[in-house]
Amino acid sequence: MTAHLPAIMVVLPLFAALLASLVRRGWAAWAIAFAVSLAMPVIAFTMLIQVLSSGPISYAMGGWAPPIGIEYRIDMLSVFMLLLVSVPAAVMMPFARLSVMSEIDDDKQAWFYSMYLLCLAGLLGIASTGDAFNAFVFLEISSLSSYAMIAMGRDRRALLAAYQYLIMGTIGATFYVIAVGLLYVQTGTLNMVDMAGRLGDIAATRPLFAAIAFLTVGVSLKFALFPLHVWLPNAYAYAPSFTTAFLASTATKTAVYLILRYFYFVFGIGLVFQVQPISDILLILSLAAMFAASTVAVFQDNIKRMLAYSSVAQIGYITLGIGIASMTGLTGGIVHLFNHALIKGALFVAVGAIVYRTGNGRIENFAGIGRRMPLTMAGFVAAGLAIIGVPGTAGFISKWYLALAALEKGWWWVVLALVASSLISVVYIGRVVEAAYFREPTAENAKVGEAPPSMLIPLWLLVAATIYFGIDTSLTVDIAGRAAEALLAGGR
Amino acid sequence: MSGSTLLIAAVVIPLLAAALIPLFHKWPDLREGVTLTAALALFAVTMILLVSVMGGERPQAGGLDIGVGLRLAFAIEPLGMLFAVVASSLWIVNSIYSIGYMRGNKEPRQTPFYVCFAVAISSVMVIAYSGNLFTLFLGYEVLTLSTYPLVTHKGNEDAKRAGRVYLLMLLGSSMLLLLPAIIWTWYLAGTVSFTPGGVLPSTVAPAAIGLLLGLFAFGIGKAAVMPMHFWLPRAMVAPTPVSALLHAVAVVKAGVFTMLKVVVYIFGIDTLAASGQGEWLVYVAAATVLLASLIAMTKDNLKARLAYSTISQLSYVVLGAALATGPAMIGGGLQIAMHAAGKITLFFCAGAIYTAAHKTEISDMKGLGRAMPFTFAAFAVGALSIIGLPPMGGVWSKWYLALGALQADQVFVVAVLMISSLLNVAYLLPIPIRAFFDGGAAPKGKTAIKEAPLPCLIAIGATSLACIALFFFPGPIFDLLGQIAVR
Repeated sequence: MTAHLPAIMVVLPLFAALLASLVRRGWAAWAIAFAVSLAMPVIAFTMLIQVLSSGPISYAMGGWAPPIGIEYRIDMLSVFMLLLVSVPAAVMMPFARLSVMSEIDDDKQAWFYSMYLLCLAGLLGIASTGDAFNAFVFLEISSLSSYAMIAMGRDRRALLAAYQYLIMGTIGATFYVIAVGLLYVQTGTLNMVDMAGRLGDIAATRPLFAAIAFLTVGVSLKFALFPLHVWLPNAYAYAPSFTTAFLASTATKTAVYLILRYFYFVFGIGLVFQVQPISDILLILSLAAMFAASTVAVFQDNIKRMLAYSSVAQIGYITLGIGIASMTGLTGGIVHLFNHALIKGALFVAVGAIVYRTGNGRIENFAGIGRRMPLTMAGFVAAGLAIIGVPGTAGFISKWYLALAALEKGWWWVVLALVASSLISVVYIGRVVEAAYFREPTAENAKVGEAPPSMLIPLWLLVAATIYFGIDTSLTVDIAGRAAEALLAGGR
Repeated sequence: MSGSTLLIAAVVIPLLAAALIPLFHKWPDLREGVTLTAALALFAVTMILLVSVMGGERPQAGGLDIGVGLRLAFAIEPLGMLFAVVASSLWIVNSIYSIGYMRGNKEPRQTPFYVCFAVAISSVMVIAYSGNLFTLFLGYEVLTLSTYPLVTHKGNEDAKRAGRVYLLMLLGSSMLLLLPAIIWTWYLAGTVSFTPGGVLPSTVAPAAIGLLLGLFAFGIGKAAVMPMHFWLPRAMVAPTPVSALLHAVAVVKAGVFTMLKVVVYIFGIDTLAASGQGEWLVYVAAATVLLASLIAMTKDNLKARLAYSTISQLSYVVLGAALATGPAMIGGGLQIAMHAAGKITLFFCAGAIYTAAHKTEISDMKGLGRAMPFTFAAFAVGALSIIGLPPMGGVWSKWYLALGALQADQVFVVAVLMISSLLNVAYLLPIPIRAFFDGGAAPKGKTAIKEAPLPCLIAIGATSLACIALFFFPGPIFDLLGQIAVR
């Protein structure tokens, strides 16, 4: 049984999606989704223990031996991603029930959970597969299902946002598949380990550079690297609250994982960072994201949109770590993948709870919420402090590593940029705090009560994790450090 | 109980109070009982720790690893002990005063007020007992965040604007300058632990030491070295007990305390003195001392005048740190205690005047001394201590700072100290004098104005007595601070 865990991890949500669409009833579909979501972290932890004790797991799908058959390869980085996706998903599921009930028509709720499970299968698949084309399939499963999840938003603008994302996402996916094609032509294999081995024999040729370029741009579109982020704010703002919370904490992260996997495992740092100027490009775009997106966030009146821009900025922190490409930088980037998943998840769940009570996420709806929904708002403030990077929260740890990495390279201006962009986040989080605590509640808000426990518990679990991983980092930093070590060693 | 248990208790007791206070929301007497009990318990714990530290012990606690060698660690040394004694003893007095003030003025939202206050005190304990820069930074940021709701307590447009400046200047300076300074220290020395003699390796270039000192001096916005002082006068929109304990004692003293601690335990007095890089900071601090005093003279609002006076007095401590000599350090440490007692008295009086007579402008206070003789007499005592005249405690810190300046061959600093004292005379003493002897507004219907509520008066009496006591019995503080200078 345990030998088949890599397959079960993907197949279970896939079939559950089918089941959810067959039961047709919202609550039954939710129950299926919740049960599956709970099982995923258990499987991920079991595999973590296996990887820790006996190294990477290689699983031949269908019994076809690699490199001809599809190989599922679970190494430190994969298992880190599996945890990153499955833990927030499981924690957020209780929140989904009421939020989805209030935002999506009864007859569509089962479809929604079905889409969610498909998306979950896709994201977990990306993290587990060791096959370049199989990764494309999972990328598309997760993307297509997320277009549907976004389009189900109550606001009619959600349709346009989903359409925009569909176009951009498809361009990204096409670029990715072009890159895989170019690599296949040159190496004759789709297995990533195999591909990496054979690329070593190939001189740096133009088709190879073309493959790197297509891959970088294509995947960057998926994780909304500035300035390829234009689809993201609308998609996050108008999607149902649960979709936003789930996608914000998991979907962009798996795309970042793909970049990590290709840059460090398949191509190798020599090719990507020494022959090609990708390091500089990433650095500049990351800094631009940290400033431009944070600044734009300050001027948003829709809080979901504000947090979406904040996400673009935070992705910049992660790519900064990837661009620095040192042990410390990479550890910081990978740790921030996880920390940001927790923090942004908590923020979006808090906003989702407020939307559930007040109707929408505009800033004027936050007036006086601090007194009407004290626990929800306290959770928002705690997670907001983590985004700012206050010590004692997970956000501080990420920033510490990234700043240290920049200093090791002698880039003191990056350190200044890093801390200055945190300061901008003080402004946009502060705006919400001022509205929630100092404005008098509007007539409608005067009646709202605290969020239900099914929303408060997920919120506070995420907030508690954010604080816990800011004080005891042995788990996160340790796994991220091992993953970074493996990446820098080329994974071989 | 062992030293480390007590040390943790000192941090936890106020936090516990913060957790309990909301439970007694409906019973104000019990709620204030929690605050007072916690304050007394904290004081008792601090006193036991003081005795053991005076005996040469150095209690330590914690040691929770956070990633790359960052540790949440506590270790008591004399400077921190002094700061903790000052903060915890004044918390008792201030709590008594708060009860009178908050009830006398029928302030809204008193429960959150006491909760935030207790959290702030807990973070002060973290700062005082921190064993390394990271732990200190943690306490420093929590202190900013927990006092933000206190500054904005009134909730009006003014308070909101002051809150924005407060948060942005304090969080901003700490993130833009202090955090890079800490990371840089870590990068240079491989540790951020407070170590006697400093941690910076001898290979660090003098220019780098100067730059690092600059990052610390301006990054520690709470020390209010000009031009990082704008937040302090604005923070005066807070209720007076907040201004009194937090913005005359805990928050600002946390700033100058950090400054002293960084100079003594990160740079090392000798390293800083040898590099000669402290000199520019001497000039900046001296300029702050004089400029802030001059600005104070132009302010008619009593709390604003006191705020600028605080800015001026804080830079005495920074001056002590920058001079980097033994006596100057002692002077800086003494100033933390002496100024605390003096300035909290002045703020208590300002709050008492507001509660009893609803007056905030100095020009309106003529003749008020005859209706409130006790308050204005205490004001005079506090003012004399700030000026540095015997028989008030303030004289000692000025004395040692002057000694330290002479030892560092900075004779002009002595002149600055004297001019500053004269300026203090000019802007503080006219207030009680006019209140007693200027008859302008005296004959008008005086019957309405009486002294402030009794708890306020008790607090005022206690702190003004402390000002006098510190002149006659400064011995323990000398003994405590002497332990640093010996090394």
